Amino acid sequence: MATQPQTASYESYINTSPLYALQLKKLTMHASVTLFAIILLIGFLTPFAYAIVTASKSEPQIKAGMVLPYTPQTFTYNGSDLPLLEVPIDGEIQILAGLTLKRGANAQNEFINPDAPDEIIIWEGNWRDLKTIQVLEIHLLENISAVWENTQTNFPVMIRNTIAIAVLGMIGTLLSSTCVAYAFARFPIPRKRALFLVLVSTIILPSQVTLVPTYGFFSAIGWTGPRAVGFTAWLPLIVPHFFANAYNVFLLRQYFLTLPKELDEAAMIDGAGPLRILISVIVPQSLPVIVAVAIFHLVFAWNDYFMPLIYLLGKNDLQPIAVGIQRFNYIYDVKPHLIQSSMLLGLIGPVLLFLFAQRFFMRGVVITGVDK
Amino acid sequence: MEIAQSNSSPQATPKGKEFSLHRRQQIWGWIFLSPWIIGLVCFTILPMIASLIFSFLNFRLSDMNNVYFNDFANYKYLAQDPLLGPALMSTFKFALIALPLSLIVPIGLAALLNSKHLIGRPLFRTLFYMPYIVPVVSSAYIWGGVLNTDSGWLNRILSDLGLGKPNWLFDINLIYPALNIIGIWGVGNAMLIMLASMQGVPTELYEAARVDGAGGFTIFRRITFPMISPVVFYNLVLSVIGIFRYFEVPYILKDGTGDPGNATLFYNIHLYKNAFAQQNMGYGSTLAWVMFVMAMGITLFLFATARYWVYYGSGEKA
Repeated sequence: MATQPQTASYESYINTSPLYALQLKKLTMHASVTLFAIILLIGFLTPFAYAIVTASKSEPQIKAGMVLPYTPQTFTYNGSDLPLLEVPIDGEIQILAGLTLKRGANAQNEFINPDAPDEIIIWEGNWRDLKTIQVLEIHLLENISAVWENTQTNFPVMIRNTIAIAVLGMIGTLLSSTCVAYAFARFPIPRKRALFLVLVSTIILPSQVTLVPTYGFFSAIGWTGPRAVGFTAWLPLIVPHFFANAYNVFLLRQYFLTLPKELDEAAMIDGAGPLRILISVIVPQSLPVIVAVAIFHLVFAWNDYFMPLIYLLGKNDLQPIAVGIQRFNYIYDVKPHLIQSSMLLGLIGPVLLFLFAQRFFMRGVVITGVDK
Repeated sequence: MEIAQSNSSPQATPKGKEFSLHRRQQIWGWIFLSPWIIGLVCFTILPMIASLIFSFLNFRLSDMNNVYFNDFANYKYLAQDPLLGPALMSTFKFALIALPLSLIVPIGLAALLNSKHLIGRPLFRTLFYMPYIVPVVSSAYIWGGVLNTDSGWLNRILSDLGLGKPNWLFDINLIYPALNIIGIWGVGNAMLIMLASMQGVPTELYEAARVDGAGGFTIFRRITFPMISPVVFYNLVLSVIGIFRYFEVPYILKDGTGDPGNATLFYNIHLYKNAFAQQNMGYGSTLAWVMFVMAMGITLFLFATARYWVYYGSGEKA
């Protein structure tokens, strides 16, 4: 603590000084606030745990209905699987197989010892109170590879589609948004302030109002619907990103404005044109924010559901994972372990990307969110 | 927004070489701006006009030879559409819970993450943010499992506490709380924005208030909230638009059926079914324009209230 030296001098007089009490109070505050945050965080992370735990179960484990992927152990005797239980016999716990288990608190249950199966041991009591022998068996990789190799929904192709759409759109938004942000940051355009307000206000425009005619237009030129063949059907998801996006322009412009103009001017005196200045002066200085825009777009495209849903309807082999994954769930509705495995496949890309690049990502969010 | 600083320099002497340089710079500006201008015209302005025109047409993609102005039939149908009432009602009921939560939860979490008593703040920030990154499809199905009546973890806990097993996703009264729980999971973005704006509040203000003897709640009400109010306002506007556009989670969980009893037939799902599932461009556009007018109306109303509670530094209005 910063107040340490003062505290020491006080404490040399009397140990229960007000400052000592203050420190104790501070410590309690730290502990209780942090504990509260941990409890909330557990709530936030529980769904991840649920998905991972469920994806780790085998089908019998799902049917057994335990929270964790435990398998009840059995002993095979005369062709039937007998459950293994911990039975207290003469004050000593033995692991026995239940041969005939009866209802009731004082039932006479018959057990056998797996090591010596010929002798029948009688135990009186409610066998449901006995602890079953269970082993933790994790089937995560098995389930994930089952999902990955499933032939009805081709996950490798879905991932390919997702990455292709995301990367092509990313190129589009980087090229266009950088140019537009450069225009707003550096050039004397008449009514620039009004234009910029129009740009920012498109953020709150509900896209539904433009969606129907846009869909009709793409349908009319054969980019969607039955006439769209092959990769053409991706164009409605990619081409609009070549016309800049308000968030990205805003983010890039804010950054460009912080760059000193002297470097531009020096390059101009050396005979560099505006395009040259953009490429060799502005862009190299703005890599953090350009990376942020790139990641934003990748995450956006990976997660986008509505646009691929309407534009790639019925085109199963062209759909990205967000839409394709749902088809998988129609087929395997009653197999939660496979459903949750497919969900983990769906979220692993964006989550890893975020964790690796979170500094760029969060700074970008802050600029677009706070500066307006 | 400081735009003025960048376009002040070359206007001093508009003659000869200077003038042509200024003109050239202006032309280059328009060239660099052109992708956005073209996009604005082609993907925003023209489609908006087109959808307004469509809303007066009988226009189905499946029957392209039969497109004609139908004498306001779409708007007349609006009054009798048996599903429009339920769609508006569902959206309204959802908004009643979702709108307050969309402000309270991110502000609360941001205040927690901003507390100097919290140990390990960056780690908490990352982990609270993380669910926002999860694709909405994964989020919907994971929560579908967590909220499952029999095997879901939430009900396992509740029944262990003797609270029974609520039918989260199949009960008309529980579906909105359930959907809001799923929504809160993705609060990370709003939380981060609120947090950053709280961190931007000058510490002298807090110190001054403490010297004056203000307590924690008073400080929040008198200092923190006014200082972050522009960001709160921005989030409120986005939340309103977001509620009108609410689609993915109920559509995925309920397959667009609107079950239970049209409780999940949200406005945008109704729009989607008309415009895209049934390919009725005419009525779909009508619904889209009605949504646009309602959303703009509420946004304008919010802007009108802003002067009473949103604080913009030195009297400057956004």
